[in-house]
Amino acid sequence: MLKFGVPLALALLLGVFLFVGLQRDPSYVPSPLIGKPAPEFTLPSLQDPSYPVASKELAGKTWVLNVWGTWCGGCRQEHETLMAIARTGAVPLVGLNWKDDGVAAQQWLSALGNPYAVVASDPEGRVAIDWGVYGAPETFLIGPDGKVLFKHIAPMTMEVWTSEFLPRIQAANAGIAPAGG
Amino acid sequence: MTSLHFSRFARTVLMALLVAGAVPALAIDTERAFDDPALQARYETIGRELRCLVCQNQTIADSNATLAQDLRREVREMIAAGKTDDEIRTFMVDRYGDFVLYKPRMTPGNFLLWAAPVLLLLLGTFVGIRIIRKQAAQADTDGPEAGQS
Repeated sequence: MLKFGVPLALALLLGVFLFVGLQRDPSYVPSPLIGKPAPEFTLPSLQDPSYPVASKELAGKTWVLNVWGTWCGGCRQEHETLMAIARTGAVPLVGLNWKDDGVAAQQWLSALGNPYAVVASDPEGRVAIDWGVYGAPETFLIGPDGKVLFKHIAPMTMEVWTSEFLPRIQAANAGIAPAGG
Repeated sequence: MTSLHFSRFARTVLMALLVAGAVPALAIDTERAFDDPALQARYETIGRELRCLVCQNQTIADSNATLAQDLRREVREMIAAGKTDDEIRTFMVDRYGDFVLYKPRMTPGNFLLWAAPVLLLLLGTFVGIRIIRKQAAQADTDGPEAGQS
């Protein structure tokens, strides 16, 4: 019994590991930023380069950073969803326009609608590197304590928004409610 | 010196020049980043240790993806600013996680993976010794007659 039982158990265990491995997306890289303070940045605004967008101004708020570019197919795909999310007014959406042409980006927003409270322009991709961005679209959720709560890598969908973002936003806002009065 | 000798010498020199000239054509990152050969060597070594995350099975030295170009720029600037290799690796790991390193560091999370070869070797040795002892014990109990057959 032991002679066959032990190897059989080991083979089954290995099988479970391999099977789970098959279901996982090898291109997904988990962010080491989760639970850590969000990298600070000050970048020119896309619409008005003389106006700086500073992450510090968002301290104490729950907000979302969405990394996008007009060259990014997935960003076009998620745009309607971002518009719908913006209409709910749950949190401010901050855009990070990543390695893009400023004129093309502004045309995109005037043609498709602007879901963002403000858009920071990062043509050199330096802030994106600080945030560990490797493929747009990427969407971060930042809590009122300035820590990164969640990161979604792929086009945003309403399903992801309601199952992953909304519960975290509610929890984060519940945390600040008693202090706020 | 005959003309034959000279032409042989000229051919050798020409060949050497051609071979030397062919090497930079293999590299993606054609521009020399540093005049100092020591800094250039460090730059090239680090570039071969960091993963380009959009084209996952390439290093940032191998890839011409825009992210790889940006990450090479960061490495160049950090070397120029006098950062150590370890500081540069830490900069990347802080942003992209251990996955960015082709030679991952030992952390509490992956300790088992590092220790696995040694543990498996020990396990194999243990099992092997037990099997050999068992067989030896069996051969002993079988007696000398069985051993002669």
